[in-house]
Amino acid sequence: MRTELNLIGKPVSRHDAWAKAKGDQLFSDDWSMPGMLFGKVLRSKYPAAVLKRIDTKKAEELPGVKAVLTAKDVPVNEDVTKFGQMRDVGGGFEGLYRVLASGRIRSKSEAIALVAAESPETAEEALKLIEVDYEVLEGVFDPREALKEGAYSVTGDGCGNVIMRTKICDGNIEEAFKKCDVIVENDYETTPNEHAYLETEGGMGWIDENGVITLRVGTQVLEHYRTIAKVLGLPHNKVRNIGVPVGGGFGGKEDITVEMYIALLVQKTGRPVKMVWSREESIESHSKRHPEYLHYKTGATKDGKILAQEVSIVMDGGSYTYLTPWVQMYSTFAAPGCYKIPNVSVKSVSAFTNNTFNSANRGFGAPQVNFASERQMDEIAARLNLDPVELRRRNVLHDGDRLPSGHVPRGHIALKELLDKVNKELNRSSKPDRLPDGRKVGRALALGHMVYGRLNFLHDSSRVSIRLELDGSVTLRAGVPDLGGGQASVLAQIVAEELGLEIEDVHPYIMDTHLTPLCGTTTATRQLYMSGNAALKAAVQMKEKILEKASALSGCPVNMLALKNRKVYSVIEPETISIPFVDVIKHLSNDGEVLENIAQFNAPFTEVPDLNDIKGELNPDITYTCHGVELAVDEQTGKIELLRVIAAADAGRVINRNSCEGQLEGGCVYHAWWPTMEDLKQENGITMANSFSTYLIPTAADVPDIESILIESGGGLGPYGAKGIGEPADNSIAPAVVNAIRDAIGVGFNKMTVTPEKILNAVLSFKNKE
Amino acid sequence: MGHADVNIKINGENRKFTCEAHISLLRLLRDNYYYDVKCGCEKGDCGTCTVFLDGKAVKSCVTLAAACDGHEVWTIKGLGGSDALAEKLQKAFVECGAVQCGFCTPGMIVAGLEYLKKGGRADRNAIRKAISGNLCRCTGYVKIVDAIFKTAREVESEVSE
Repeated sequence: MRTELNLIGKPVSRHDAWAKAKGDQLFSDDWSMPGMLFGKVLRSKYPAAVLKRIDTKKAEELPGVKAVLTAKDVPVNEDVTKFGQMRDVGGGFEGLYRVLASGRIRSKSEAIALVAAESPETAEEALKLIEVDYEVLEGVFDPREALKEGAYSVTGDGCGNVIMRTKICDGNIEEAFKKCDVIVENDYETTPNEHAYLETEGGMGWIDENGVITLRVGTQVLEHYRTIAKVLGLPHNKVRNIGVPVGGGFGGKEDITVEMYIALLVQKTGRPVKMVWSREESIESHSKRHPEYLHYKTGATKDGKILAQEVSIVMDGGSYTYLTPWVQMYSTFAAPGCYKIPNVSVKSVSAFTNNTFNSANRGFGAPQVNFASERQMDEIAARLNLDPVELRRRNVLHDGDRLPSGHVPRGHIALKELLDKVNKELNRSSKPDRLPDGRKVGRALALGHMVYGRLNFLHDSSRVSIRLELDGSVTLRAGVPDLGGGQASVLAQIVAEELGLEIEDVHPYIMDTHLTPLCGTTTATRQLYMSGNAALKAAVQMKEKILEKASALSGCPVNMLALKNRKVYSVIEPETISIPFVDVIKHLSNDGEVLENIAQFNAPFTEVPDLNDIKGELNPDITYTCHGVELAVDEQTGKIELLRVIAAADAGRVINRNSCEGQLEGGCVYHAWWPTMEDLKQENGITMANSFSTYLIPTAADVPDIESILIESGGGLGPYGAKGIGEPADNSIAPAVVNAIRDAIGVGFNKMTVTPEKILNAVLSFKNKE
Repeated sequence: MGHADVNIKINGENRKFTCEAHISLLRLLRDNYYYDVKCGCEKGDCGTCTVFLDGKAVKSCVTLAAACDGHEVWTIKGLGGSDALAEKLQKAFVECGAVQCGFCTPGMIVAGLEYLKKGGRADRNAIRKAISGNLCRCTGYVKIVDAIFKTAREVESEVSE
């Protein structure tokens, strides 16, 4: 019988918080082994070139060098990209994965050779002794250029630079535009921001006594062990990753990073190998968010009803395919925005360039189109002389509305509630035109929608195992990479809730490909939804067994029994019928019952859609957000200050309140300065801003206290009606900031990065016009 | 390259090292398995390697190891076991949800502790300034400020009692 929830929704402390606060938590770099070697990577000197010759002789002869590997030493140097999915999707979704460079070099981050040596200094020295001859090529660094006839071929296959083209259409766009009173057309550009996790990529590997290549590497995708096995020419069961709590991922540790290089060097040397990337190597070498070039044409009636929207998107995929087609699906799907628009056309194309490859970054293609579509809303409102909030209110999606792909979202659509709540909070006092110090004040908000759960055609699944111990504690096993979002402790919380235990009674053992059931990737805001449901299922099944035994022991019917405070008790006579949890476990054990249970949860399954006309449901459900911003603009310097930031989301159901708020706040700050400060300064394939003194991310002094608003509609597909929050949390803040700048100075910016110089120039030219 | 003999009192224990003269305090600590001191950038930009040197919070990656000869270093592990205020702050970090991935946490707690030890008040803006040399990419800083604020409040109420 269901009683009141004990733990769900509470701000419970995570199982690993003390270890992290005390400094006991060992991350990727915090490990060493006797006889270990140090691995280093030689990267390309040029972003576009042909590799003519590599001579490793001098490097090999350097005392202390134990291995120098190039492409010819890799058993299987080329494969297709996989991201932990249990199903081969094929088609355009799997691109070339090349371990070490051979032939044509596509970016400056490309790995040319690997070295293992007795010390990091020796390995570094050996890199300098590797002789490489390049034929330098011109390259192409802008996807719009790359798509032109006769453009430089990034892959060299002469088949053009297109990675994928796709579209979503609904209604009749041409006819609809004829009926519109106003048509607003704008070009938008978003920049390739950096994940900037505090822990760079790193880890260790060794070969165990039975020939298993064993890794201790933090990753978002434990399932990469399969690709590692293939590249090494080993069966899948001969590669094991004992994952490490990840010091931040945000999508940047979704692609293979150090683990492949470590595994190859371990296989070659037979010695333990450690590899850790410097901050500069990390920023220069891992993926970035796709820069997008967007054109929006939107038509509305004079009473503010949007009738038609035409969007074209050009995405920079960078040097290799990786997750580009997947990200493109998300961008294409989310491009129409949070509104019911009867006539829509979204066409997108992604292209190879010689920039560092672009792949997953928190939000996965949604924040780019969200920036453009929510900026567009404020421009339409200005044209109609209508309050931007009112324009949104008149067009926002509601339950039961059909999206342009024909997909009717399964969960609750809370956009209207979020809009009203944030608007009320943001405007609780009337807005001053200026602060006492003379700075101009701006206020604005933006809505967002982003899916959680992977693309349905990947046929996603997760498994979680629980084992009842004879003292009444529980061991939970789950191959869930914990990135810091509390992905593991929330599973323990769910199991404790169902079994009437305290969270500390359930110990999670996580992330070991040989010992934990595979939970799938910590990506796509899927772990609470997928593994949370698997944990819930495992616990509910176990609970049934416990209640049946307690019923047999007490004579009380099962449906009159409940679990709470480490007891099974009768809800009718809790004083008289109450059996300690541990006693029931002992009886189950005496009777030879299985005390372990593994349960699997499957997401909805669909087939790969027709990319020329995407129809139907792409992902299981959507999380909705709204951000409100009040900022000040200094007209003398162009500098902005965020005065108030309101972050709101429908979490469906909050499981761990601290973790949920933490995602909402952290996600918001993750993108609060994306449009105005974070700039990698990529020039012709070279990342100029490769440190935290040149690539600036917000400090505590750059942001005010985030005012969180969490709605709990119960309308999610996760356990207890929860929705995913991790990635949607960084959606809709960026356009809110830029819309607030527009509100302050009357100039709307459509192209990132909106630097103080640009703001100052805009202020000056705006004043001149007046 | 030259070597240096370095005597440092680390977490209350006198240690003697012979290290390369040019290495940082961070390298010295990590080479000797003080893995509670994290390395995030080695440029003094991120603050993950913050430790106490003679009672002052420093970024150990831009502190020369040899220059610490004869001085005293406290890392998060040592502080947690011996300093009541540090333990109070750690507890606040855990309870406030200020710990997410945890990589910035040791350095962040040392930075927060320095603020409190210098008599920092329960003032959110002052706390934000005090920890602005320590980056965190997960939390958005709200709950970190909560934890330091809460501890400052507790200290203030103890003083007034």
